[in-house]
Amino acid sequence: MSDTHISDFDREAGFGDYFALLKPRVMSLVIFTALVGLLVAPVPVHPVVGLCSILFIAIGAGASGALNMWYDADIDAVMKRTAKRPVPAGRIAAEEALALGVALSGMAVVMLALASNLVAAGLLAFTIFFYAVIYTVFLKRSTPQNIVIGGAAGAFPPMIGWAVATGGVSVESALMFALIFMWTPPHFWALALFMKSDYDVARVPMLTVTHGRRVTRNHILGYTICLVPVALGIAFTSIGGPVYLAVSLVLNALFLKGAWTVWRRGEDAATADGYRAEKKLFRLSLSYLFLHFGALLVESTLRGFGLGMGGWW
Amino acid sequence: MAIRAEHEIHRRRFSRNLGVALALAGFAVLVFALSVVKINSVGQVEGFDHQPRATALPPVEEAQ
Repeated sequence: MSDTHISDFDREAGFGDYFALLKPRVMSLVIFTALVGLLVAPVPVHPVVGLCSILFIAIGAGASGALNMWYDADIDAVMKRTAKRPVPAGRIAAEEALALGVALSGMAVVMLALASNLVAAGLLAFTIFFYAVIYTVFLKRSTPQNIVIGGAAGAFPPMIGWAVATGGVSVESALMFALIFMWTPPHFWALALFMKSDYDVARVPMLTVTHGRRVTRNHILGYTICLVPVALGIAFTSIGGPVYLAVSLVLNALFLKGAWTVWRRGEDAATADGYRAEKKLFRLSLSYLFLHFGALLVESTLRGFGLGMGGWW
Repeated sequence: MAIRAEHEIHRRRFSRNLGVALALAGFAVLVFALSVVKINSVGQVEGFDHQPRATALPPVEEAQ
């Protein structure tokens, strides 16, 4: 046995590497938003059915992550943030990631159909297709609007959770979808502003690369303004209420202020303080989404105790 | 690099094997639990057992 073989063994993958293919951090957001979508729905779900459904939604999301890592291995290899992923690092072959992604996708969709209903399973199948094919294969490398349209893939989980409980789609689930969909562009573009070199090197047509940073700042403010009525509008549906409205008002005021600050200043000011405002907006965007869905959960709990004022408008 | 009796690759292979085993066992438990819930949710199920059953007979008209 030669030394070459020994070093090959040295790069052999552990179970954690296969788990990393499923993008666990993205999965955690999917689990949370899908769970909220399921819990705030007006139809109760048996805990075991709910647990299984959320798990299969998470596996489906993870499978689309594995397919993304298979197709994007060349991009991941040159980006500092993604270079240590299992495929570019050489611990898992790209074909293995493809096989795992396809197998888990099929399993997740079929099992979700059996656990809940065909609408939820159909939405999950479309989400996987949208992320793995529409976003990863077509949009990501071809248009600076990749984040905008591709954001739909991340916006579907609460809609799927809602469909698990109700078997359909409604204004409430569409608004939860819209909340994540409109939140994604300012969230990612704030990140792109201070992660400039990575996207440049990978030649991904991020808005910062193709249209410049001034246009990106304009877009962040524009999308944030569009996001506000969507976020506030949920307060006046059956899943909203005064608690959600209060939380949403504060968060949207802060988010608008952050976007305004990012919009007003130029590159010189940003470079001078190490992109402080952009980083602050990015961190705020994480809390923004988490707290909005958390507030929906609070409203749902209050309704459970007979204290809800959903549809109070 | 010397190959020892317990090399790093053995640990990684064990973690893979254990991970797959636990995932499969967890999946089996989940499908079993889901089946129990689904079957119970349709209510009392009676199978044909070659014996006349009162519950399987058509309801008797009150007029008769």
